[in-house]
Amino acid sequence: MALEELYKEVILDHYKSPRNKHELPSATATCTKNNPLCGDEITVEARVEDGRVAEVAFQGSGCSISQASASMMTEAVAGKDVRDAVALAGEFRSFMQGAAEPDEDAFGDLIALKGVAKYPVRIKCAVLAWDVLQDALAAGTEAAADVSR
Amino acid sequence: MSRAAALDVERVRKDFPILERRVGSNDDRSLVYLDSAATSQKPRVVIDALTEYYERHNANIHRGVYSLAEEATAMYEAARAKLAGFIGAPDPACVVFNRGTTESVNLVAYGYARKVLREGDEILLSVIEHHSNLVPWQFAAEATGARLRFIPLGEDGSLDLTGLDGLLTDRTKVVAVTGMSNVLGALTPIRRLADAAHAVGAVLLVDGAQLVPHTKVDVDAFDVDFLTISGHKMLGPTASGGLYGKRELLERMDPFLGGGEMIMRVELETSTFKEIPWKFEAGTMNIAEEIGLAVAVDYLSDLGMEAVREHEKEITAYAIRRLTEIGAKVFGPHDVERRGGAVSFWFKDIHPHDLAQVLDTFGVCIRAGHHCAQPLMRLLGVPATARASFYVYNSLDEVDALVAALGEAEAIFGA
Repeated sequence: MALEELYKEVILDHYKSPRNKHELPSATATCTKNNPLCGDEITVEARVEDGRVAEVAFQGSGCSISQASASMMTEAVAGKDVRDAVALAGEFRSFMQGAAEPDEDAFGDLIALKGVAKYPVRIKCAVLAWDVLQDALAAGTEAAADVSR
Repeated sequence: MSRAAALDVERVRKDFPILERRVGSNDDRSLVYLDSAATSQKPRVVIDALTEYYERHNANIHRGVYSLAEEATAMYEAARAKLAGFIGAPDPACVVFNRGTTESVNLVAYGYARKVLREGDEILLSVIEHHSNLVPWQFAAEATGARLRFIPLGEDGSLDLTGLDGLLTDRTKVVAVTGMSNVLGALTPIRRLADAAHAVGAVLLVDGAQLVPHTKVDVDAFDVDFLTISGHKMLGPTASGGLYGKRELLERMDPFLGGGEMIMRVELETSTFKEIPWKFEAGTMNIAEEIGLAVAVDYLSDLGMEAVREHEKEITAYAIRRLTEIGAKVFGPHDVERRGGAVSFWFKDIHPHDLAQVLDTFGVCIRAGHHCAQPLMRLLGVPATARASFYVYNSLDEVDALVAALGEAEAIFGA
């Protein structure tokens, strides 16, 4: 496979100019994870309001695939219901494993990561941010449930 | 003419069938294999030895009375003698076969260290160790209440031994360090460490995974107590190699794995064990692999380890120069007298994974990651490094191919 199929322009754009890469002091949900393969570490913070991802941001370092995936993720899930965001994480994982054709509307720029599916080692890079998001939202939801009790 | 000319790399390359493979995005690139620190390629003679063993001699060792079994046993024990001779060990019984360095360190940490360590004793390691020479000691420390201490990293990218006297105390029972760093390439002054360790009554284990394949090793001259050997990094088959240990230490050690072949007499409640080295070789061993390793040892001996070292010094010096010229930061000492051919670098803030991915499309194989040395990565202040590592079959042209491919990566990822 040619390099251009993996490193598409939109991926490089998100890598070089990541969206929503900053601290989120108002976060109600947060999680940090690393990829033991390459040492990449990603933190995802989200402000969840009324069961909705009102705001989401990430921090960390990593390869172009992990950083671009994280950046695209923040754009894809911002404003979504927590349930829909978690569902999208699952769909993204299936997409990476080549198990499902994605809904292009829901995926937006994420479609560009399709080439990653051909590189098993790099799939972990692409899904890292999504794993972190899912755990952050799960933890945040539990915390919210604790408060409401 | 330098002594490096003694190794004819074009001739050596013809001995390695895999180098004929074409790779890259269109399968039209020569294989530029720069990851020998992870595992080396194998010469035809080693591959043939495996086939011949299975086609002509295969039988289980140390038990059958038929001729095949005797042949297999003789070949296996001859391999032990060959490996012992290669590292200057006076007695083949001092070489225990196993899967290599990870298993060897675990064997010493379990069979020796757990037996001698008491609460408050100390194990001296270094901060640059491969996880295989760190995690087993963490287990041993946890089991015994011993404490881990660490030789720090010097500014030049080799171990800082200036504080060694303070790090070694009468509580130090084991010193375990790498002979050559798999990340920094730095060589360890082994004899100096051995003398210092012995002065306080400690034993010295040297992780020889990167050392034994690339330099002349003499366990007697080094006065090491234990030396680990990874056969797959020295042209041998995977899961070949073993542990050298001084006779009296191996004899004191407890067996690690119990089972068939390592016993003298077994009762239902208790057993007695064979002598060294066999008390450490439970179950059916990697017979073909160790026999293949002996052929690799012959191959290296024919090249001459001095010639191997000179060749690698030449190519490493060239690589460090070229990488530095194009703006890469090369970790570890730059003086090739003090280092081997594992060259880790950081290039233009491009993540090593991305570098390795781009290089792969040009047929250039390098390692990207933390190299099983996460504590060292933290010290270097990088999440990972790219690493090119060289061996007998690598040429200066391949360094040029690496540099050219790095230029391609810069074109894609450069700011």
